[in-house]
Amino acid sequence: MLRVIRSRKPRVRVCMRAILTRTSDTGMTQDAALSINDLNGLLARVAGSRSRSAFRELFSHFAPRIKGFMMKSGTSEEMAEEIVQETMVTVWTKAAQFDPAKAGASTWIFTIARNKRIDIMRRVNRPAPDPEDPMFQPDPPINGEDFTQSNEDQVRVRAALEHLPPEQAEIIRLSFFDSLTHSEIAAQLALPLGTVKSRLRLSFRKIRSALGDER
Amino acid sequence: MMIRHHPNDATLLTYASGGLSTALSTIVATHLGACPSCRASAARAEQIGGALLSGVEPVDVATSVLDRIFDRIDAGEPEQEPTTAPRFGHQGLPAPLGSLLPEDMDSLRWWPVGPGIRQARLGEGEAAVRLLRIAPGRAVPHHSHGGHEMTMIVSGSYTDEIGRFLPGDVADLDPDVAHQPVSDAATDCICVIATDAPLEFTGWVPRLMQSLVRI
Repeated sequence: MLRVIRSRKPRVRVCMRAILTRTSDTGMTQDAALSINDLNGLLARVAGSRSRSAFRELFSHFAPRIKGFMMKSGTSEEMAEEIVQETMVTVWTKAAQFDPAKAGASTWIFTIARNKRIDIMRRVNRPAPDPEDPMFQPDPPINGEDFTQSNEDQVRVRAALEHLPPEQAEIIRLSFFDSLTHSEIAAQLALPLGTVKSRLRLSFRKIRSALGDER
Repeated sequence: MMIRHHPNDATLLTYASGGLSTALSTIVATHLGACPSCRASAARAEQIGGALLSGVEPVDVATSVLDRIFDRIDAGEPEQEPTTAPRFGHQGLPAPLGSLLPEDMDSLRWWPVGPGIRQARLGEGEAAVRLLRIAPGRAVPHHSHGGHEMTMIVSGSYTDEIGRFLPGDVADLDPDVAHQPVSDAATDCICVIATDAPLEFTGWVPRLMQSLVRI
């Protein structure tokens, strides 16, 4: 099903820098409007007091981005709006599960949208670990500032993405926007599978080192 | 469970992007349940998704979408949950594989594919994975992997050119790596094999037989 939708519309090649630094009509970078802290705060209000006005603000920030993200792969407008709807309903119902110590609002909502796309396109739930499972190995205790996604973190990831060599940026884009498998990327770019894997590894390593991870 | 062999970074990145096949995701998710350090890597990769979502060009969403979401919230529509309650801990592995595998592995339909080697199928459609059961002392013929293929040990163990693989360990080999696993415990070595292509049992037996006679 995914393939049918993709083949209907030729992919528009946009360079990563353009995607990441595009500005709105007002000439202001979209993200300047709401910081990560603002977004986290809105989610906290939705979780805590079931605030509809906070939810409206979250919707006006995220819904057009989720739609834009999904349409990058040539997904129809109708399907993209279905994913938006399913994602935002889950944002409402699961807001209490959002933990700003583990991920920023954008990252958390990205994971929901990604799962909804898989559920809808493949008609199968995305396999995920279950923390309720007795065999689940819990995280080691966090020491202090270990894994809080700050504004700075997000800026670093975006800067690292912008500075990827074009061939690595292209592979990240195909992986995230189009959710292609390694073999599909290899076929699309006419590259050996091993090259696809090593480019993915290399770009991931660069982004992690920008975040200060020891590897 | 002492895990020594992990999925590689390209695989974790693609699990996070949503590009991994359902069958491969099942193995990765099971591994993540047992491995906090790979879970942290996957969370890092999800931050890339978050950064891409926050930086993508927004596309206007019809206001009716928000109305429909509020209608659903007002109707108290329950979140769709998987129909079958998960069972945990079979074969000592975390979910999702732990819940998919039967308590008694002999209850599966095994059929021979070579001397001392049997296989069975687990799951349906896109989620289907192959189980391989190697009698003690027996070897799987020397082979490499055409596409993206991953193996997870369920019980017993094997040794190949890369090392010794015990329950929970994952073999995530690059396509150019050839190996010859030898079942080296007192009991059968049972492992789960997944690929990023739909499972074709008819195609696999001839492939194994081919490598048996070294065509």
